[in-house]
Amino acid sequence: MAERYSSFKSGGRMWLLQRVTAAFLLVVLAFHFFLLHFVHHADEVSFLASSGRMESLSYYSLMILFLVTATFHGVNGVYNALVNQGLTGTKRTVIKWTLVAASAVLIVQGVRTANAWAGIGLY
Amino acid sequence: MSQSYNRGLIEDFSRWREFEAGMWAWIFHKFTGWVLIGYLFTHIAVLSTGIPAAGASEAAIMAGEDVYTQTIVSLESLLLVRLLEVGLLAVAVFHMLNGTRLLLVDLGVGLDAQDKSFYASLILTGAITVASVPTFIAGAF
Repeated sequence: MAERYSSFKSGGRMWLLQRVTAAFLLVVLAFHFFLLHFVHHADEVSFLASSGRMESLSYYSLMILFLVTATFHGVNGVYNALVNQGLTGTKRTVIKWTLVAASAVLIVQGVRTANAWAGIGLY
Repeated sequence: MSQSYNRGLIEDFSRWREFEAGMWAWIFHKFTGWVLIGYLFTHIAVLSTGIPAAGASEAAIMAGEDVYTQTIVSLESLLLVRLLEVGLLAVAVFHMLNGTRLLLVDLGVGLDAQDKSFYASLILTGAITVASVPTFIAGAF
């Protein structure tokens, strides 16, 4: 049997998570584009409309999960790309933790924004 | 019997004339991935105007005079932003279709037709993008 090529180390937890988030994002990103460009149109966006959607618990939960999975998938993808380019040693460690910090900032800011729309006091 | 390949340094783009479909798919997937993660940070930054907007008076929010609505309306009134959104759609659609192809190949499905499925991803991306242009551009003029 021929060896299957993959740019990732097959079998690892991060490898699997990258694929599980990919499958989830395929569905949610398509839904996001469809809802916000085809059902509602970009030039009709308003705080009131965004707030109305985010006040629904199911939509709020889906968007938070969307934010977390997209951040993980994107940042882990960047990290894997850099490792493929030959990133090693101290540089690799520094970049890894910089990406972790950037992800944390992105998620916190995204949750604050969702909370502001949903009318949750914590923002 | 397992078989290994010496793929050389695939990051050496000066070899681009030798690249086959799978290599182009790999490059496009990486490029679109970089664009999408860059956009995600920008997207959240723009949407964050919702935080100060939540403190606006109810009258301002009802009238669409809060900073979030004003920011989005101003951006969406620019033709350049609309065109960039079409580009974003193309990038996202390709990444999704090629990502599906990669997931299937990882599951052992379609490896023999991986070049054909790459071309199909490209054609479908083009078709979906072109079909979406009227919706994305509506109201920009």
